[in-house]
Amino acid sequence: MIRLEQIHRDFEVGDQIVHALNDINLDIAHGEYLSVMGPSGSGKSTLLNIIGILDHATSGRYFLNEQNVTDMDELAESRARNRHIGFVFQSFHLVPRLTAAQNIELPLVLAGIAPALRRQKVQQVLESLSLADRAHHTPDQLSGGQRQRVAIARATITEPSVLLADEPTGNLDQKSGSEVIVTLEALNQRGITLIVVTHDKNIADRSLRSLQMVDGRVVSDRHGR
Amino acid sequence: MIASDIIAYAWQSLSRHRGRSLLMLIAMGISVASVMLLTALGEGARRYVHDEFASLGTNLIIVLPGRNETTGAGLNAMPGVTPRDLTLDDARALARHSAITRIAPLNVGAVEASWQNRKREITLLGSTHDLLKLRHWKLAAGQFLPDMEWERTTPVCVIGKKIRDEIFGPHAALGQWLRLGQNRYRVIGIMASEGRTIGLDVEETVIIPVASAQSLLNTPSLFRILIETSSRGAMPSVIEFATAVIRERHYGEEDVTVITQDAVLQTFDRILSTLTYAVGGIAAISLVVAGILIMNVMLVAVSQRTAEIGLLKALGASRQQILRLILTEAMLMSLVGATAGFVIGIFGSWGIRLAFPELQVYPPFWAILTSLLVALVTGLLFSLLPAGKAAGLDPVRALQGR
Repeated sequence: MIRLEQIHRDFEVGDQIVHALNDINLDIAHGEYLSVMGPSGSGKSTLLNIIGILDHATSGRYFLNEQNVTDMDELAESRARNRHIGFVFQSFHLVPRLTAAQNIELPLVLAGIAPALRRQKVQQVLESLSLADRAHHTPDQLSGGQRQRVAIARATITEPSVLLADEPTGNLDQKSGSEVIVTLEALNQRGITLIVVTHDKNIADRSLRSLQMVDGRVVSDRHGR
Repeated sequence: MIASDIIAYAWQSLSRHRGRSLLMLIAMGISVASVMLLTALGEGARRYVHDEFASLGTNLIIVLPGRNETTGAGLNAMPGVTPRDLTLDDARALARHSAITRIAPLNVGAVEASWQNRKREITLLGSTHDLLKLRHWKLAAGQFLPDMEWERTTPVCVIGKKIRDEIFGPHAALGQWLRLGQNRYRVIGIMASEGRTIGLDVEETVIIPVASAQSLLNTPSLFRILIETSSRGAMPSVIEFATAVIRERHYGEEDVTVITQDAVLQTFDRILSTLTYAVGGIAAISLVVAGILIMNVMLVAVSQRTAEIGLLKALGASRQQILRLILTEAMLMSLVGATAGFVIGIFGSWGIRLAFPELQVYPPFWAILTSLLVALVTGLLFSLLPAGKAAGLDPVRALQGR
């Protein structure tokens, strides 16, 4: 469902050109659980941003659900992000003035879904992530683990096909971190494609497929635990 | 995104940043209020002057002796010729025109008035029955000059309120004989004190029939002839008629000046309207200043919320949606500010009316509409730049807060 063909991504830093991604070819099937590891600056976040259509490849082709993303205009890109992709960030990125429920319903608000249907969906997601009693709390009234679970709820409310997590446990303690990982894996088991960028070898070991990146290239692609 | 969600989101972000929003609100409010108040004051002044002139009489034409222009003193002209006098016969000749509803010849002089042992210098007016209605005056008691032949001298007079108070004091004035110069006149009416009038103080005048005044002042010449026409449209033809008739009667010499109070009024009207537009325009500059403030505040707001905008993009907000969100925020602010300014303007002009009841200080409708529109348009225009900046943010960098 995700296919990257000869993807290059170059950045200009001063008068030097940095090859953040260098000839990436990658096929990810529906429902896979993939981890991406590598040192800082190896291009793993850039790879995630390109898969999430937040960034554009300098050259190469990208297909998402058989659709050529490289040809899309800005409006089509934002629609595709809204429908097919869920993001989970290291620093949660919750809107501080909105309650947990309001944060979770944001993608539905952007998609123009009617309020009654939104409430229903938010209620379901809140219950399935055991956040029902936190619905009307603002982010500063939540613990780190709860915040990340609210972020996961927000990322999955539109029932996307891909969930992209960039260091989802990076700002969490051991216990909350493993709770978040368990939550993500449960979603993967229900069919969502999960791609996790991480420094944590324990997380990489739990994934069914693991990429190693160095200097913008994939140096190893391990299938199976 | 549905409209109610856009407004709710913008409103939430405004109410979250109270200080910032209040600042924009005050700027907008003050601008709109100042446009409204300044134009209301200008409009009030214009109306005041207009009413002053209306109190002199409507559709009024004034014929006065003499010509306000220099004519050539060539070989044929007799040097030292004074203009021919305006006479009662001239006035009667003018009265023939069908569009003239009232005509009042006027004589003015200063004489000494006395009753018993009280004496006082007064302004004497010699005129006719029509004068009262022509000048929109009112009587406090008694009656005005009788409707009679202009040439008849009748020993009656109508006195102003101040004359009544100072000469007659506590005594009843009506029916008393007031001495003016060598003659005595019976008081038949007392003028009501006029609220306002330009030029002549009615309270200090005594009015007698025009022929009596001519003999008392010993002059056949009139000071003015006042003419009231049936309509404004008839005025030009009456002016032409009056000029022609007098010229003919004065052997081809055009030695009178015919003026209308309209001409004077229109000049004042023009001056004051221009002034109103000018102060309105100056106040409108403050709207632009408010717009620039909105732009700056929104620019700061956008850079403070870079990460939030990046997040919205990651969640699937298009460039257009971001644009709409920021514009809505600015428009809401302008709307609330303009409404606040409108309320201040209304109450402010009410306050001015309380303090100066003679001024009709109402903000003109065009000024209200324009200031509200300009407020919204400047709000929109000046938020285009910040909104465009927000919409154009690169999501990856924005998410990192850069």
